[in-house]
Amino acid sequence: MTWLARNWDQVALGLAQHVGISISALAIAFALSMPLGIWAARSDRVQAVALTVAGFLYTIPTLAFLALLIPLVGLGPANAIIAMVAFSLVVLIRNIATGIRQVPPDIVDAARGMGMGELQVLARVEIPLALPLIVAGLRVAAVTVISVSVVAAYVNAGGLGTLIFNGIATDHPPKIWSGALTACALAIAVDTTLALVERRLRRQRSA
Amino acid sequence: MLAAAWQYLVAHPAAFAQALGVHVALSASALLLAALIAIPAAIAASRRPTLAVGITQSANIGRTLPSLAVLALVMPILGTGFVPSLFALTLLALPPIVQNTLAGLRSVEPDVVDAARGMGMTAAEVMRRIELPIAVPALFAGLRTAAVQVISGAVLAAFIGGGGLGDFITAGIAMMALPQLLVGAIPVTLLALGVDAAFGLAQRRLTSAGMRAA
Repeated sequence: MTWLARNWDQVALGLAQHVGISISALAIAFALSMPLGIWAARSDRVQAVALTVAGFLYTIPTLAFLALLIPLVGLGPANAIIAMVAFSLVVLIRNIATGIRQVPPDIVDAARGMGMGELQVLARVEIPLALPLIVAGLRVAAVTVISVSVVAAYVNAGGLGTLIFNGIATDHPPKIWSGALTACALAIAVDTTLALVERRLRRQRSA
Repeated sequence: MLAAAWQYLVAHPAAFAQALGVHVALSASALLLAALIAIPAAIAASRRPTLAVGITQSANIGRTLPSLAVLALVMPILGTGFVPSLFALTLLALPPIVQNTLAGLRSVEPDVVDAARGMGMTAAEVMRRIELPIAVPALFAGLRTAAVQVISGAVLAAFIGGGGLGDFITAGIAMMALPQLLVGAIPVTLLALGVDAAFGLAQRRLTSAGMRAA
């Protein structure tokens, strides 16, 4: 505790870097998954291919993935962000596609009957109704990204993992505790918050 | 670069075999231990709603914790080496097995259980002959997720002296020796993909014929 009291700025910096890199990765993953998920909702073949490829990426061990990227992009945040995006794709694409597929055809027909075009149906009917599942996907993706980001400190991406690795290298347990417990707290906080958002959206939809 | 990695592998066959052996032993024992704890826990929870709430909540939290953070937290308490790594990896493998087994047991229709009871089966027989077979596909899905997670986590065990293929990766990154790095990263990737595929196949095989038709 005394170490933490004297070095809270190190922990705060690690946390800020961790949140920053996680949000960037999540934003990129979401921007890629949205069109892919919508396309996958329209075509079984696209869905099968997208989920197989993304599932394949997701199965690769985290540190191995980061290591395999070194010959291609070297060390640093870019390496970490590519890995984090790759690991989030499967859950995001699956949830976006499933969410859109679950919209009852009657509702889509009714929207068409009201004169809505393809894009209007998507933006004003299908995506809003798929939102609880999309948020559920974002929740799992966020937790994944936070977890990968801890390991990514080893390829010089910064964040809370840096404290853990420094603590291990210098055999300094308070540093390890501070880094590891803050990372756990961050993951739990993000998971709980998005679970709350998800539940509220579900209730709104069913009301 | 792949040729250089191959040369490194051929030059160090004993070290590679040893690391692969440790990696497989560590992953397999963690998965086995976790299954031995998680499956009975899920069966017990399926009988007692209060226990189920507690177990589900801890599993939900356990699943969000970053693997490396769990390994790092174990180190100051248990030290470094195989046993602390095994302990941490077992903890990481528990949540998916518990969650999926419980979900599988809960998917059993109450009517089916009533019918079995009416035929004179005891509670233990109902569990063994009706509920568990119906829960097998979900249980295997949990084991599959846990297995992939444990293989991935075992790479990180290299940081707390657990050995395994992660040693090649960390040494390769530390010295920027790409062939050595690939000798760790490629086999462990193939191991994870292979185990994932094998569990997928086993899941389909072990699902009883009646369930497959449904």
